[in-house]
Amino acid sequence: MAEEMLENDQSLLVAESLSKSYGRIAACRDVSFSLYPGEVLAIVGESGSGKSTLLQMLSGQLAPSAGQVSYRMRDGITRDLTTLGEAERRFLFRTDWGYVHQDPAQGLRMAVSAGANVGERLMAVGWNHYGRIRDTASDWLTRVEIDIARIDDAPRTYSGGMRQRLQIARNLVTEPRMVFMDEPTGGLDVSVQARLLDLVRSLVAELHLAVIIVTHDLAVARLLSHRVMVMKGGRVIETGLTDQVLDDPREPYTQLLVSSILPP
Amino acid sequence: MNAPAYNFAYLDEQTKRMIRRAILKAIAIPGYQVPFASREMPMPYGWGTGGVQVTAAILGPQDVLKVIDQGSDDTTNAISIRKFFAKTAGVATTTATEDATVIQTRHRIPETSLHANQVLVYQVPIPEPLRFLEPRETETRRMHALAEYGLMHVKLYEDIARFGHIATAYAYPVKVNARYVMDPSPTPKFDNPKMDNCPALQLFGAGREKRIYAIPPYTQVVSLDFEDHPFEPYRFNAPCALCAAENSYLDEIVIDDKGGRMFVCSDTDYCEGRQAAGHHGSLSAAPYKEKAQEGSNG
Repeated sequence: MAEEMLENDQSLLVAESLSKSYGRIAACRDVSFSLYPGEVLAIVGESGSGKSTLLQMLSGQLAPSAGQVSYRMRDGITRDLTTLGEAERRFLFRTDWGYVHQDPAQGLRMAVSAGANVGERLMAVGWNHYGRIRDTASDWLTRVEIDIARIDDAPRTYSGGMRQRLQIARNLVTEPRMVFMDEPTGGLDVSVQARLLDLVRSLVAELHLAVIIVTHDLAVARLLSHRVMVMKGGRVIETGLTDQVLDDPREPYTQLLVSSILPP
Repeated sequence: MNAPAYNFAYLDEQTKRMIRRAILKAIAIPGYQVPFASREMPMPYGWGTGGVQVTAAILGPQDVLKVIDQGSDDTTNAISIRKFFAKTAGVATTTATEDATVIQTRHRIPETSLHANQVLVYQVPIPEPLRFLEPRETETRRMHALAEYGLMHVKLYEDIARFGHIATAYAYPVKVNARYVMDPSPTPKFDNPKMDNCPALQLFGAGREKRIYAIPPYTQVVSLDFEDHPFEPYRFNAPCALCAAENSYLDEIVIDDKGGRMFVCSDTDYCEGRQAAGHHGSLSAAPYKEKAQEGSNG
């Protein structure tokens, strides 16, 4: 227990004055924060506020124009992402990290079966026993509430909600410590959204995941996240505990954002 | 017999130089696909333009050439390529595997084991084993560079999930020299074990895709599999109907319109050799055989 406390005291991911500009357009300006193990951070803001650019920089897919991102690897050593070689970065991406795309077609192999989709990461890290791969895959399908009878069906035969749950299973199978989510509930209808959020919330707690979730939906932020960062024009304008920011917004823009939610 | 309009073996010397460079690089990095400036050949793509260019680049006047297509020396493709080199290079040709120094092949490895003074040239339609799993060439190259081959097992996984066993029967992926995953061209997986530790040099040419790769002599070639679903070469369980061979790869031939079938060696040279040595199968009727032998002797 004491060891775990110590482990949780050290930040997992640190962003230091991250900026990205495309020519004269500054997509993201001077963003700094630390993320701790098991913590869920929501990045909210309207379209074009720099959320996605920030997420891409944090997940090492886009090189920042200035600033740096460091990550505490499984061996306990914190490293600057830009100093990782491509092989190391890709390995990190398919073991210790997960990335849930808004469009499941981007994160899944639509033509191969659900079982193989979940098993791919395991095979990529050297699993070589069909029976064990299949058992682990069916175990994960159960955990994300997909009927085991559908294990050999391709995700293109799945509904939108099932695809998204499959994508989550595929990402979590290697037990990552850090998951990036880009609008995971976008394009789903409300009841499916609610179930998915429920599932994500329980998995996050169960697996002690650190999550950075990008969303424009404040309800998603409220349900899932511990902390919220509000972005506007590439800058972080307000940050704090979720209930604090959403119930008592300080910045005029955040107040506008919160008041734009339609009453149910 | 050289037609004066052509250089020896059709290609000009600069082109051969370029191809030889690619071949040397391919031999130095077993299983790695080396790009080369593939030329237009006087035959359509898919008929062995890659293999023909490799053969043309390595052929010398003393070489003895054998060309097989699906194991057979007497199909259109095999005959036309053999004639092509007989005409443009004036080299001796043969159908006997032992006598050949260069063997160009499509879809088979000869049954007779190869020896150290031979080169086996494969015609390759699609050199990229990951092609149908990952369509982006930039991505597959990166995967080869980083030896990320998990995806190859996804294909085998799919086979087992669908059919209960690894159903890939040809172009079965192999790992060469414990590094590169390679497509052995559409040879049946029955032939995969013959590639391992083979005394002959094996060269692969893909003309349309502009790639050359190689397995140097005595190189380890391992067929990919799962621990609980190990690689098994497939062979139809029957003796050859003409030579009664129990361990050769068989072709299924339809012999009437009432569902009649016969299974014969796909390697015609091997089958004829065995028949000449006195082996008889269930359907090798004596008068026909004698007639056939007279024909080939004359």
